[in-house]
Amino acid sequence: MKIMPCPLNGPRNIQEFTCGGEVVAPPDPDRADAAAWADYLFLHHNAAGIVREWWYHVPTSFWFIADRNTVTDEIVRTFLPRELFGADARPDHP
Amino acid sequence: MPLGLLKYGLRPRRSPERFLPPRPELKRAYDTVIIGGGGHGLAAAYYLAVDHGITDVAVLDKGYLGGGNTGRNTAIVRANYLTEDGVRFYAESLDLWRGLSGELDFNLQYTERGHLTLAHADSAIRTMRWRAEVNKHLGVDSELIFPDEIAKLAPGLDLSIDVRHPVLAALYHPPGATARHDAVVWAYAARAAAHGVELHSDTEVTGIQVESGRVTGVETSRGTISCNRVLQAVAGQSSLVAGMAGFRLPIHTVPLQACVSLPLKPWLDPIVVSGSLHVYIWQSARGEVVIGGATDPYGLYANRSSLEFAEGTLLPVLELFPFLANVKMLRQWAGMCDMTPDFSPVMGVTPVENLYIDAGWGTWGFKATPVCGKRMAELIATGRTPDLLQPFRLSRFAEFEQVGEKGAASVGH
Repeated sequence: MKIMPCPLNGPRNIQEFTCGGEVVAPPDPDRADAAAWADYLFLHHNAAGIVREWWYHVPTSFWFIADRNTVTDEIVRTFLPRELFGADARPDHP
Repeated sequence: MPLGLLKYGLRPRRSPERFLPPRPELKRAYDTVIIGGGGHGLAAAYYLAVDHGITDVAVLDKGYLGGGNTGRNTAIVRANYLTEDGVRFYAESLDLWRGLSGELDFNLQYTERGHLTLAHADSAIRTMRWRAEVNKHLGVDSELIFPDEIAKLAPGLDLSIDVRHPVLAALYHPPGATARHDAVVWAYAARAAAHGVELHSDTEVTGIQVESGRVTGVETSRGTISCNRVLQAVAGQSSLVAGMAGFRLPIHTVPLQACVSLPLKPWLDPIVVSGSLHVYIWQSARGEVVIGGATDPYGLYANRSSLEFAEGTLLPVLELFPFLANVKMLRQWAGMCDMTPDFSPVMGVTPVENLYIDAGWGTWGFKATPVCGKRMAELIATGRTPDLLQPFRLSRFAEFEQVGEKGAASVGH
């Protein structure tokens, strides 16, 4: 069983979680054109190595961020979004 | 028995025949370089040589030929898709598959055994009917059938109604087939090599050279090659190779696992798929039961096997075929899938001139091997995107014109 260290619930079976994709800055909604939105929505870095992703603990509806190695299948570190985005946790400047 | 075979059998010493030529020295320049020596790359090389007379071609693979997803898929061929673009594309592939053993003079063990997609709910029956009608409209043989006929096609399938997911109907696709996937690699490789294509296994591409927006060469573990054109056909590594040329793809790489049982006596002809239970199953010519399921829940570049897959896939198999409960599993493996947001491949031109891409094959690449090779060769030779490939162009994402192929994978993802 693969264990995900959840910042809220502690170590849990990874089957309780959903991966929310790479942490990337969304475009400025007031200024972004269609190309910028397509880039944000569809194109991925899809890196082989350590990636920074959103993860979601389904039973407790809890979002957090995980650094994970996609080659060795190891979870390096998990932490709260406020560590990146400040107290308001708005993902404006990751 | 032909006389030649009899004489061969009685000969005291038989000299082994070399099937593929030895790996040649890497030249400094080629007209066309194909990155990826799997079914798709080798098929493209074969059709470039045979259909278009382009033979100054090198196929590079970082491992051995067919060691990636061509040797890891579950070898199913079908054309019962949902969108017109998808059905047309795979229907041409079926046509090519049917004549392929003859054309390549190699027994690919292509076996039309029929393909059943089970419906466990009214909504699923509606979707199956929809798919059957789209298929028939485009000349592909598919029909909705009910438990009386299913029982005749798939003995041992639990058709009782007091189970968690009773079988209510099925989409029956008689041309659904399987083929020996390694043989496809060997046959395309041998026939391409016979026309002068060079096969370079154990030759890893480490960089792609681009000058003023145009590809000029590739760097490899055995030296740098200059070339006019490059095709990348590296399922499972597509984002990494595209990254060498400086662009990103609408692809997320996720493992897909499969397993086979110890051999059983022949009992099951068709391929049986359940989208609701996330499993599919068929019996190989060796008697092994081939079982596949949904992709892994998160992205990885690792071919590891997991207990979660074995548990999550084999339990639903027992719901369909309870008598398999005592059958031992023989082996389990994984391949890496390029998943796209619209469950459709990415084929055609890229932001880099003369760099062509064949990617995004998710869980549906093997069945497209001949048609993709043929049409990509046409694109490379003529510079014009064939109509059949147009819906699958990379730029469809920036244009918000995705294909939306809900019939893409045998099982839900």
